Amino acid sequence: MTSRIAKKRGEWINRDKPLTFEYEGQQVQGYEGDTISSALWANGIRVLGRSFKYHRARGLLSFANHDVNALMTDGEDTNIRADVWPVSHDMKLKAVNTDGGVIKDKNKYIDYLSPFLPVGFYYKTFYKPKRMFPFWEDKIRKAAGLGEVNFNYPRHIRPKRHAHCDVLVVGAGAAGLSAALTAAAEGLSVILVDENRQAGGSLSYDYAGDQTSADTLNTLLSEVEANSNIRLITDAYAGGYYTDHLVPIVEKSGITKVRAQSVIVATGVFEQPPVFRYNDLPGVMLGSAAQRLVHRYAVKPFEKGVVVTANDHGYRTALDLASVGVEVVAVIDMRISGAGQELTQKVKDSGISVHKGSCIYEAVPTGDKLGVKEVVVCPYNENTAEADTSRSVRLSCDGVAMSAGWAPAAALLYQAGTKMGYDYDVEQFVPAQLPEGVFAAGKVNGVFDLKSRQQDGRRAATEAANYLGKVVQLESFKAASVNRPSHPYPIVNHSKGKNFVDFDEDIQVKDFINAAKEGFDNIELMKRFTTVGMGPSQGKHSNMNAIRILARIRQLPVEKIGTTTARPFFHPTPIGHLGGRGFHPHRYTAMHQWHVDHGGEMMEAGVWMRPAYYAPAGSGLTASEAVQQETLAVRESVGMIDGSTLGKIEVFGSDAGAFLERFYTGKFADQKVGGSRIAMLLDEAGVVSDDGVAVRMAEDQFYVSTNSSNAATVYREMQRYVQLWKMQVTLVNLTGAMAAMTVAGPKSRDVVAALTEIDVSEAGMGKGAFRTGKVAGVDARVMRVSFVADLAFEIHVPYRAGLHVWKALMEAGKSSGIRPFGTDAQRLLRLEMGHHLVSHDTDGLTNPFEAHSESLVAMDKPFFIGQRSLKILEKKPLNKKLTTFVLDPGFNGEMPNECNLVIDSASRIAGRVTSISYSGYLDRHIGFAFVPPEQSHDGARFQIRTDSGAMVSATACNAPFFHLLESRGE
Amino acid sequence: MKLLQCPINGIRPLSEFTYGGEYRDMPNPDTCSDKEWAAYVHYRHGAPGVKKEWWYHGPSGTWFIAERDTMADKVVRTYIAGQEEAK
Repeated sequence: MTSRIAKKRGEWINRDKPLTFEYEGQQVQGYEGDTISSALWANGIRVLGRSFKYHRARGLLSFANHDVNALMTDGEDTNIRADVWPVSHDMKLKAVNTDGGVIKDKNKYIDYLSPFLPVGFYYKTFYKPKRMFPFWEDKIRKAAGLGEVNFNYPRHIRPKRHAHCDVLVVGAGAAGLSAALTAAAEGLSVILVDENRQAGGSLSYDYAGDQTSADTLNTLLSEVEANSNIRLITDAYAGGYYTDHLVPIVEKSGITKVRAQSVIVATGVFEQPPVFRYNDLPGVMLGSAAQRLVHRYAVKPFEKGVVVTANDHGYRTALDLASVGVEVVAVIDMRISGAGQELTQKVKDSGISVHKGSCIYEAVPTGDKLGVKEVVVCPYNENTAEADTSRSVRLSCDGVAMSAGWAPAAALLYQAGTKMGYDYDVEQFVPAQLPEGVFAAGKVNGVFDLKSRQQDGRRAATEAANYLGKVVQLESFKAASVNRPSHPYPIVNHSKGKNFVDFDEDIQVKDFINAAKEGFDNIELMKRFTTVGMGPSQGKHSNMNAIRILARIRQLPVEKIGTTTARPFFHPTPIGHLGGRGFHPHRYTAMHQWHVDHGGEMMEAGVWMRPAYYAPAGSGLTASEAVQQETLAVRESVGMIDGSTLGKIEVFGSDAGAFLERFYTGKFADQKVGGSRIAMLLDEAGVVSDDGVAVRMAEDQFYVSTNSSNAATVYREMQRYVQLWKMQVTLVNLTGAMAAMTVAGPKSRDVVAALTEIDVSEAGMGKGAFRTGKVAGVDARVMRVSFVADLAFEIHVPYRAGLHVWKALMEAGKSSGIRPFGTDAQRLLRLEMGHHLVSHDTDGLTNPFEAHSESLVAMDKPFFIGQRSLKILEKKPLNKKLTTFVLDPGFNGEMPNECNLVIDSASRIAGRVTSISYSGYLDRHIGFAFVPPEQSHDGARFQIRTDSGAMVSATACNAPFFHLLESRGE
Repeated sequence: MKLLQCPINGIRPLSEFTYGGEYRDMPNPDTCSDKEWAAYVHYRHGAPGVKKEWWYHGPSGTWFIAERDTMADKVVRTYIAGQEEAK
């Protein structure tokens, strides 16, 4: 049987391209341009899915993606919306949520259990006896959900695109098209987006049996196509509204983030079903769904049907149905007042009888419950929502088209912060106060007459143009008054229920009454208790009726009930569209590849990658062996570390010295050219936040290093204070531009001397000295440092020369047994030297007095950051002190870890371990800990509690630790 | 994502900016009491209203002041510190 009718003007299918696909094991014919649902319907297939809760047979409802009756899987995608998804050749589809096929679904028995599954049953049942709960939980979890997740889903890369425009128009119906044209005529760039495959909105189906709308659409579309200022994107929805007019446009291929200067929302309305018993049978559909089937896909919705309506739209639907040869038995009008004279006459002239003040009391299913056999029509009392069943009439039919009213597609407006009000003339929520730069037009704005919608679109575009600085005269118009498009209460009470409000979640009228009785009588609470609007269609076809029902239960006007929050996304959006690529950039030093080639175990260190240690392939070294060997090389001969990650900032200008004096704790104004000083930075509270070295290269030029992890923040703070203090200083951040390496150990001088003419002897370059000159033929800055060893040279060269100099030093050190060392060895080496690491051994509360750094603080200066706070702190007694400690010789118990607590004799927390390591060179366990000041002197004993709770004795011990060797007699 | 007006570079996406804390006039450290200094260092005003804040435009290294109305979720104006009159 085929329901396809003769070729229609403007149809969306291509009859030259037939195709075949499979649905539930059955071969089906369709055309290119068909959606899955339209092709199935054309072939007389009406059971498109099973409902979520009761497994009831379902067909088309909105045929616009406002419900999920027809949710299918092709084996790869789980949730294909058959109403809007185009068919393709050889597709193999199945309805989701069935056990054994959509027709014979074994779970359909649940429908008979529905009296035992009242609203919120899962909140109250299955908890007793407790031991049975896992059994029920398993059953319920299996029953819940729609479809099965495909864990083998292939990865599709969806690009993120960006677009900009003056005006974004959402919705390409009569209002949207008119708005786009008007805005474009003012020279504004326009993006016009519509979720349908073709533009036009209701102009492409709401014909009421004549062709006026189609003519209007053709005119508007050809103008839009000819206008180069307008970019039309169809088959794409505006996913949400984000601050400053950022709207993601979701297409099948990916997301485009549109940054607009203004937004016109012309999204129209969702048709809402009247509520009567068995309004969910396959064959019972919304009026607009029937019109879309007829005009876009040339498919008859049914052969012999009834139209039930509570507005004039039902009459228009009846005329469209009649125009393609559907036998329309009657128009059942729930209003006592009926439709306008002209429209009523047209319907009657088509041979259709009109019954005012009547309702469908219930639809009667066929024997197999897979379709509708007849409807029971009764007189209807609009005030009480009751049908007079004593005067019922049965009309046989195989389908029902229903129209009761509309709900605004206002999600974007709500998200933008629009205040909505309820307009009783149209019985609809409409924008009352719009945010800046956001405009609404057309049906979503409460304007229904076709000509008025076009005028409203032009009005919105004119307002947008004026908002964007154009001066355009507003076209004044008054929207033509229409018969109330929505019924205030299109509900028919039925003692047996199954009068569905939410088709996603199988929610009936009595569920709301019961929820209210339980006390869930606020719209947000009712939503959560009943789950109305919580299904995949997010209330598009159900929220408005839910609000009306709650308003009636509470005897409040609709606007007092309000609406639930409309969050992005407007429509379920695949995670694949939202997920970004794994973009996690790292900085590589000039020597990065060398480290990798030589077995460097590369670790993240802030934004950089650094070698933790070197374990070349085939060496068989464990991490700790590698670290101890690297450490030993530095102690006994020579080692080298890549220090390029150090922050490196040049400070120029006549105020350079004065600036550093105010910025850092020490003195720099009198610093000699060619000398270096430690530069400690505090915050305003006097907390240590960084330490580095400042070298004076010239009277007006300093070269300052910072901790690797603080390079960006110290530079940023310097910039802030240069501006705040209005000083003659210029800053250059050389962190990435300069490579740096430290050659350390007793033989380091020999290695460096072999490659430079700089006098690196003790006399020529004592501790802290700074020189410039050639190293391995490259202009270099060389500094005597002592962070990891007494004798060490830090060599800075331009980034591009880094690898060359590194290799030259490795070559020069070969005979001395030079070893590269990583950050793990560096941590141990500095610990042996007794140097704490800022923000590793110190925390966000540590001041210089607690960190043994008093000598770096020049309190006699007029000002430095944090000085005033230190003046307060120095008057107070210290309550903790960072101290170096050692465990007993030969310790072999449970090793304490960083952050283990120091416990005093009264079992109170007295401090904590901040660093601890075993030093192979010293053959001792050494570390840093915060302890009470009275326990910080050399030789003081304290207890550390390990992870397991065992107590370990430690002894405060002056750093550097090398005197431990002497006491051992070495 | 929000947009923010850098006084030097114009309107840029928020991801290019770093928040730098509330702008506070430092009391004279030589004459203020310990209590006044502690209040300056530690107290911040959380009540909704127009806030004067430091913001930093990373790509260009520009510090500036933004007056931000946290009640209306709107930036009232931005300017380089000390140059608000010349705006």
